[in-house]
Amino acid sequence: MGSRTSAWTRAGACAAVATLCVAGMTGGTARAADPLKIGVIAEESAISGIAIPNGAKLAAEEINKAGGVNGRMIQIIEYDDHASASDAVRAFQRAAHEDHVAAVIASYMSEVVLALEPWSGRLHTPMITPGAASDNITKRIKEDYDHLKYTFHGYMTSTSIADIVCDAAKDMLVDKLHMQTAVVMSEDAAWTGPLDAEYLKCLPKIGLKVLDHIRLSPDTTDFTPIYNKIEGEKPDVIITGLSHVGVQPTVQWQQQQVPIPMFGISSQATSSTFWKDTNGAAQGVVFNMASAPDTPVTPKTIPFAKAYVAKYGIDPGYAGYTAYDDVYMIADAVKRAGGTDPDKLVDALEKTDYVGTIGRVVFRGRDSEFPHALTIGKGYITGLMVEWDHGKQVTVWPEGVAEGKMSFPAFVKTKQSSAN
Amino acid sequence: MLTLQILIDGFAISSLYALGAVGFTLIFGVCGVLNLSHGAIMVAAAVAAWVFAGTYGAGPVGGALGGVVVGLVVAYVTYGLIVRPIQRSRLIPHEEKEIFVLTSTLLWGIMIQEAIAYFFTSNPKTVPPVIPGVINIAGVRTPTNELLTAVVSLGAIGLLWVLVNGTRRGRALLAAAINPRGLTLLGFELDRIYLLVWTIYGLLTGIAGVLLGAFLGVSSDNVGTLTASAFSIVVLGGLGSVSGSLVAAFVVGYLETCTAYLVSPTIRTVPVLLLLVAVVYVRPQGLLGRR
Repeated sequence: MGSRTSAWTRAGACAAVATLCVAGMTGGTARAADPLKIGVIAEESAISGIAIPNGAKLAAEEINKAGGVNGRMIQIIEYDDHASASDAVRAFQRAAHEDHVAAVIASYMSEVVLALEPWSGRLHTPMITPGAASDNITKRIKEDYDHLKYTFHGYMTSTSIADIVCDAAKDMLVDKLHMQTAVVMSEDAAWTGPLDAEYLKCLPKIGLKVLDHIRLSPDTTDFTPIYNKIEGEKPDVIITGLSHVGVQPTVQWQQQQVPIPMFGISSQATSSTFWKDTNGAAQGVVFNMASAPDTPVTPKTIPFAKAYVAKYGIDPGYAGYTAYDDVYMIADAVKRAGGTDPDKLVDALEKTDYVGTIGRVVFRGRDSEFPHALTIGKGYITGLMVEWDHGKQVTVWPEGVAEGKMSFPAFVKTKQSSAN
Repeated sequence: MLTLQILIDGFAISSLYALGAVGFTLIFGVCGVLNLSHGAIMVAAAVAAWVFAGTYGAGPVGGALGGVVVGLVVAYVTYGLIVRPIQRSRLIPHEEKEIFVLTSTLLWGIMIQEAIAYFFTSNPKTVPPVIPGVINIAGVRTPTNELLTAVVSLGAIGLLWVLVNGTRRGRALLAAAINPRGLTLLGFELDRIYLLVWTIYGLLTGIAGVLLGAFLGVSSDNVGTLTASAFSIVVLGGLGSVSGSLVAAFVVGYLETCTAYLVSPTIRTVPVLLLLVAVVYVRPQGLLGRR
């Protein structure tokens, strides 16, 4: 046994040395070609995660076709973090130490981005998240700007999203359908902490009394007891905060014919595969998105969505739009910074004023409450409410850009439908 | 009203648990195999049903049948490619074979899980229900699909009971669980019995996977939990005891449902795990275990 073990040890050592040699050679070759490397760390098996490398690769191809960045071709290096913060940290270290990326675009999960944030600071590698929402990402930058200034929040914060949902709920549910009560149903995750806190503040302000606040485990598979409890409380609407779960609560809502509409955030619903995954149970689900494939939020939105569908066969999930924009923003910052020096790149990124697929991107300054968060509001990023309608995502809010009207499935009973 | 709701939901979920666990315990009882790729086979069947029904337009019934067939095929592959070569290997010492089977089926399950995640994403899939709609049972709105889940699960278990107790092959199967050597001396080919058991196992697990996919939905991320859940039920009922597994499935199903409705859905599985720990301490052979 002993000799066999030592043989294995020797073989392992040889393999390790060989691997290191190969890795060293590869690194050398890559430096000689001198492409502009951007690392993309994402949850590639997840519906919202796969859109991140897909969107980034599409942008890189377009930029490279147009001649690259100061003659340098963009090279996207993908890492699958398997929805694990520790895998993501290892990927980030590899991206910085071995692959020598200029910047990283990372994850739609707040837990992952919060784990990467200190590494972005330690390794002086600028990072943009195209999909995580937790307010804590930028709160930390405020607390320790000098160390954490390398992180940029490329998606709306949870608080901003909650405010947008409340604005939409005021117009669509309170003013038009005269709804008065709501139950907040969110998954227990880092991003929903600030989201729920803001929901509980803004919903009463718009005239929706919150009857209950349910935080469900992301591992939940049977939602029957939850819907049963909510139905017993007789709210007019369920305001959602869902991302890690989505298909199952939607299908069970439809199969059990829960007579209360769902309105709010359902990240999985932002991907076009959601209709097929739920066998059409998504009909009438209303959810928030920064961009939708049918809405010209900016002149870039629809061409991007079309190019994405042509390349990948499905509509982009929400983080696909932002990842696509992020590559353009990094390329633009590299041009303005005159290279990839991390501190100069951070300075250039801070001065970003870029019209992308989701609106006009301007990062908030060092003195704001949330440094490096997106500026939200008219003229910047406003957000949309989109509804699944017979297999299509149709924008139903705000009125100026809406392509259709909100309508719930027959089993949903609103005050208006009861009156009719 | 709440009591009736708990009774109905608990019954459906318990029946499904029973179906999932019966195959698992049967394969252990007769072949001595703790198949840790059990959850992966269930998920493979469910995802296949979803693909056949949606992408290939086979409809809910065609999809369900396709899913069961895939469950059966994956079970055969598990036996032919993973378990049998280890059992017949001369290089692996006899006393180490169980641990080899345990490890290899675990790894095989992870391979199936990763393959499903790679080709179909880890996003949950729901199999279209064979009979959609709801039925009102004394004021409780119950999806027809939920009732169908219970009926099909118990029907499949009933058929298994008839097969085991009412046919010669079935009795041979029972005998193999008690004394395989004696059975060989009587002229039975153990290989054929094992193949029969794996066929039954594949069908039961395939049906359980498809029903689970239609009732609650499945994702490749559920593989570990499903195996652990079947394992817990089987340990609770007594390893290798089919009737023990049935009792344990209903104990687990109702305990979980009561917890979800009366305490909180978040801690649904906690009391079951505590019960499992208690049973392992007080009665290690399980509720109806032989030893």
